[in-house]
Amino acid sequence: MGYAWNWGILLSTTPSGESTYLGWLLAGLEWTLLLSLAAWLIALILGTLFGILRTVPNRWLQGVANAYVEIFRNLPLLVQLFIWYFVLPELLPQSWGNAIKQSDPLLQQFFAAWLCLGCFTGARVCEQVRAGIESLPTGQRSAALALGLTLPQTYHHVLLPIAFRIIVPPLTSEFLNIFKNSAVASTIGLIELSRQSQQLVDYTAQPYEAFIAVTLLYALINVVVLLGMRWIERRTHVPGFVGGR
Amino acid sequence: MYEFDWSSIPGALPILAKGMAVTLQLTVTAMVVGIVCGTLLAVARLSGKPWVSWPAAAYVNAFRAIPLVMVILWFYLIVPALLQQLLHVQASTDIRMASALVAFSLFESTYYAEIIRAGIQSVPKGQLAAAQALGMPYTQLMRWVVLPQALRNMTPLLLTQAIILFQDTSLVYVIGLADFFGAAYKIGDRDGRLVELLLFAGMIYFVICYVVSWLVKNLQRRSVA
Repeated sequence: MGYAWNWGILLSTTPSGESTYLGWLLAGLEWTLLLSLAAWLIALILGTLFGILRTVPNRWLQGVANAYVEIFRNLPLLVQLFIWYFVLPELLPQSWGNAIKQSDPLLQQFFAAWLCLGCFTGARVCEQVRAGIESLPTGQRSAALALGLTLPQTYHHVLLPIAFRIIVPPLTSEFLNIFKNSAVASTIGLIELSRQSQQLVDYTAQPYEAFIAVTLLYALINVVVLLGMRWIERRTHVPGFVGGR
Repeated sequence: MYEFDWSSIPGALPILAKGMAVTLQLTVTAMVVGIVCGTLLAVARLSGKPWVSWPAAAYVNAFRAIPLVMVILWFYLIVPALLQQLLHVQASTDIRMASALVAFSLFESTYYAEIIRAGIQSVPKGQLAAAQALGMPYTQLMRWVVLPQALRNMTPLLLTQAIILFQDTSLVYVIGLADFFGAAYKIGDRDGRLVELLLFAGMIYFVICYVVSWLVKNLQRRSVA
């Protein structure tokens, strides 16, 4: 086949002169990592909060948590992202909307993608937290309440410590997903890893090298996260409980 | 406050319907191919022969490690050019639909493979032993004993995956294919009514996904009872 392979292209300098093409890829990798980790923080907080609300004995709170899960699970990620990015600034009070639109485009893209990924993944984490709490024998909750612990104390000292350890394996796959889902942010122009691959194709006309390099970087993220989570899984494994799906 | 103007939606309905047809075509194709290839992959992965199970495992893990957006771009930007060079065919006019169909089918078959593998493993070991004791070879044992039971166990999961797939087809936006979402975006952009069109598209997606997942939940309850 007539393709001229040239891996050296990755080390040559870009037209703007301040970096190499490899430098572009690494900058994209940085955005992907930053976005995913920051969004994972939101997802854990929202997921824990709503996951607890779904299991408390109060219809209203359960309803609120159900609504959150249904909304964020039944809309495509891309639609959610475009709503955060294009629609929300319009629906906010005008002065806020204008302030957002006048800010740095990179910040706008990052914040929209950050909130979007966080809330989207949070709904999935919420379901895992709920499943973890519900998988505990009901006797645990009853015993704690019978001992005179309040409901918040029951959650804090009895239910959550075990539930969190049980759900580590399913959380691993959500954590892997958040890195993959972060590629969707390329659609609103955030120059993260997958966007850099397209940019490299446009600039270098060496599409194979660019795509293979980016694909390998995603695979690398996957392997590192997997190994890290395996380690956490081993450390947090609860003997006697099946770390169920 | 923002003033809504929904007037561009009624006229856009035919285009949106055409987009929905593309979305459904992608979803159904990827689901059918995905389940068929997924079954083969799952059976191959569970096979005792390493030269069968290893390639299947490698294929599944490779696709599951990279984002769907990258897979779609691979099959749009890279693979067609490679095939043209290898087979010396002329560049065809519009390959977006074909490349999206291939990308989604190959991608989804790895996700279906994992669901089906779990389903096969959920069949009690005694069933397998009994079939072997009756003298069934591996293919017959899979075909007549294990797969029918496994498929029933995993029907809810297969359908849930179909809902996820239906949502994910919107990502063909990255190659500019006018599916339901792409059509809504284009019209909104053209008429300067992006807010209304995006909210409308979101509502349609929500209603479809909500209703289908409600049906799946009911099906699950009935099969458990």
